[in-house]
Amino acid sequence: MTRAIPLEAVLVVAAALFCIGLFGALSRRNLIGVLMGIELMLNSVNINLVAFWRYLEPRFITGPTFVIFVITVAAAEAAVGLAMIITIYRSWNTINADSVDSLKG
Amino acid sequence: MRSDRVGVLRLPYHYAPTTGGELMDLLIQIIFGLISALVIGAAMMVVTMRNVIHSALWLIASFFGVAALYLLMEAEFIAVVQVLVYVGAISILILFAIMLTRSNEGDRLFTTYWWTSGLIALGLFGAVLVPTLAGTIWNLPQPTGPAGAPEVLSGVEELGRGFVSEFVLHFEIAGVLLTVALIGAIVIAFEERSRRRRVLTLAEELELRKRQQASEHSAVAAADSVD
Repeated sequence: MTRAIPLEAVLVVAAALFCIGLFGALSRRNLIGVLMGIELMLNSVNINLVAFWRYLEPRFITGPTFVIFVITVAAAEAAVGLAMIITIYRSWNTINADSVDSLKG
Repeated sequence: MRSDRVGVLRLPYHYAPTTGGELMDLLIQIIFGLISALVIGAAMMVVTMRNVIHSALWLIASFFGVAALYLLMEAEFIAVVQVLVYVGAISILILFAIMLTRSNEGDRLFTTYWWTSGLIALGLFGAVLVPTLAGTIWNLPQPTGPAGAPEVLSGVEELGRGFVSEFVLHFEIAGVLLTVALIGAIVIAFEERSRRRRVLTLAEELELRKRQQASEHSAVAAADSVD
């Protein structure tokens, strides 16, 4: 597998996924869309970790271990973020990112 | 006793180092191309779909594609965890949040300065990430042992051993983080009792219905007596 596909190909796919997620997180109006963009970015980081493990250090387990930790943090982030979105919806009756602007000077 | 896991996708080189290996290479490259197209295309659909539910469904497709990419890179346990946690839990959570917040997004999909963020993302990809990746020399390990011998990979056994020895502190911190996130999500999403819409219990509903029937009966009786 490591001979068939160069490491750079996997990394470019992960970089493209990261940039798409960044665009989504920065520009979607819907807060749930923003959260989905963040999930895409975390996934691309996981792809990078697995690729570096497989190509550079296949005997050591550090890469997959940190993928597990990133997935844990992503799950916690999704739970808290969606709870916040539901609370925002209750008090503002909207989940558009540019409508929730009470901290704007 | 510990059994060393070996890279399965390399085994054919061992048996047929010339023709079979190249065919296998081509097959792996085709599969990789298809999976990458799925992941990137689904991610594009997630970002650009107008309907939030559609983009959540495309997000599930993208998660599946990433799981397939892990399988291709021979990280089976990570692939299973990806399907369980992302596809099974997080996407369902997102779908529930969409269901609970019927969004009136309006006619605009993106914020006012969406082209700026598009420029930032494109610039990051084209001007920073790809040149860096192209210009870096990775010191890939040279294959050891006889030519064509399968590589030794660390598997789920080493992962479990690492969690109780080398990474035990990280493991416990992850557990504490999950507990805190659970409590935090409950506290944040908790609705004050005074602001909550009153939901009747079954007994109260029965009593209400009985009272309504009784009043109807008395009304009918009153009408009868008038007649």
